[in-house]
Amino acid sequence: MRLSKSGKITLRVVVALVLAFIYIPLLVIAVEAFNSSRILKWPPPGFTLSWFGKALENESVREALLTSIEAGIAAMLIAISVPNTIALAVGRRKFFGRDSISFLVVLPIALPGIVTGVALSNTFTQVLGISLSLLTVIIGHATFCIVVVYNNAVARLRRTSGSFEEASADLGADTWQTFRFVTFPSLRSALGAGALLAFALSFDEIIVTNFTIGAGEETLPIWIYRNLFRPKELPVVPAVAVILIILSIIPVYLAHRLSSDDTGLTPGRGGGATTTPAGIAEAEATAAH
Amino acid sequence: MATDAVAVKRSAGRRFAGLFYGRPRLQVGSLLAAPMAWLVILYLGSLVILLITAFWTVDPLSGSVIKELSWTNFEELVNVPVYREIIWRTVRTALLVTLTDAVIAFPIAFYMAKVAGRKSKAALVVAVLMPLWASYLVKIIAWRAILAEHGVLNWALHPIGLHGPDNGVTSVWLVMSYLWLPYMILPIFAGLERIPDSLIAASEDLGAHPFTTFRKVILPLAFPAVVAGSIFTFSLTLGDYLAPKLVSNEQFIGTAIFDSITNNQPFAAALALVPIVVVIAYLGVARKLGAFEHV
Repeated sequence: MRLSKSGKITLRVVVALVLAFIYIPLLVIAVEAFNSSRILKWPPPGFTLSWFGKALENESVREALLTSIEAGIAAMLIAISVPNTIALAVGRRKFFGRDSISFLVVLPIALPGIVTGVALSNTFTQVLGISLSLLTVIIGHATFCIVVVYNNAVARLRRTSGSFEEASADLGADTWQTFRFVTFPSLRSALGAGALLAFALSFDEIIVTNFTIGAGEETLPIWIYRNLFRPKELPVVPAVAVILIILSIIPVYLAHRLSSDDTGLTPGRGGGATTTPAGIAEAEATAAH
Repeated sequence: MATDAVAVKRSAGRRFAGLFYGRPRLQVGSLLAAPMAWLVILYLGSLVILLITAFWTVDPLSGSVIKELSWTNFEELVNVPVYREIIWRTVRTALLVTLTDAVIAFPIAFYMAKVAGRKSKAALVVAVLMPLWASYLVKIIAWRAILAEHGVLNWALHPIGLHGPDNGVTSVWLVMSYLWLPYMILPIFAGLERIPDSLIAASEDLGAHPFTTFRKVILPLAFPAVVAGSIFTFSLTLGDYLAPKLVSNEQFIGTAIFDSITNNQPFAAALALVPIVVVIAYLGVARKLGAFEHV
């Protein structure tokens, strides 16, 4: 769009301000992690690396980290084995009830996380009589991780053409061969990206976790939450928070690389650049929910 | 021998695959069976159970759940002024956060979609996306550090004689607007990307002032995307409990649910139905406004 020079400058200033608004809080927590004082006071009187050392030495932090990784991997494994088939069915075939299935799958995203948390905890404790544990956390995480992988796979299916499968069938491949040699390879990187996002999502999830975790167990976010109210560990919290951010950004970065890397069997319907930033952005935004 | 075994196996595999050939219903059915079981039984089932639990009550003396249907919880929700106030406060905050985010998000989304060059566009998308993946809890803690009495905000405002918000609704509004902003930016950005540049050029060529082009061409076309973004900001604010818990002393629907879950699960269930009903109503409106093609 043609804009006047002053219009462009105003817009740039607004963009800079919004970015500052987005990044300043993250900067603040990073600075707090190096704060040499035991209490949160701004500006920090001095800087130190010791909180990171203390965080890594802390037995309960290490245990929580392992628990988070365990939960993330388990939820991810459930999520990738379950939902790609939904995506296939919804993305490729027209059938009765297709809309209700897309709706059902989006439901865990559209409803606030607390609803999922209360509903699952209620089912576990009141109806099934299962006591809350890491297992119930994993089941809860898998429920929304399924949606993430589904979204990624559907986005990919929409961008690829169904004619490849028709061609494969015309050349004499059976249903399984077409899936094995045509459909699956074109979905592979989308599923990989979905899996990484699912792990990242589970890794720093707290809303549902808070309702489904047993009293004796702690994931890393739960550790942070509980220790916010314990003065003894409070100074270590920002350092653990920074560690949490870094560990959850890594899989997301990899996923972003994977879903941008659209080579092989995936020319889009419209031709040309199919993986617009908008497409990726949307898929990831719904995933992050 | 070996080749025979392979041939037999193959033909069995082929026969199995052949079962699905020309039977789309069977294909769809088998594709959907396992995942649907998970979502339907576990998730939908839990929602249904939640609905039923909302009609149960807790014995005030023993604290045990009485599994008989009654309207008690809902009567309490409607008749006790505190709960009415909590619900109204939450809905009001959710609307305010949505409005705030829409106003903040539109200019940056517009710049990303229609003004920035290829490279800076990609960089901006990453810049907006990345914080989404920095833990939500960490961001709230960061805001605790900012809003604290001796925090960043009061330090910055002190020289000009101002004081930041106390632990009230304002803090929650601020933190929520911060938390959900990217969810608004990205759909608007995607919606604006879909508007062909030729439409804007045509408006300009016909002599429209940039402001007129914006109002008559861009805004109407981008509006469904704004509504799509508002689904996230509204629904997320409505159900959140950690931000209110950690930056304010006020009760919101989420905190009320969280606080009653240990002692009175049926009442927590009844409370949890409130955001469900409100979100479904909101989704209905959003659908009318054409937001669903943008989610």
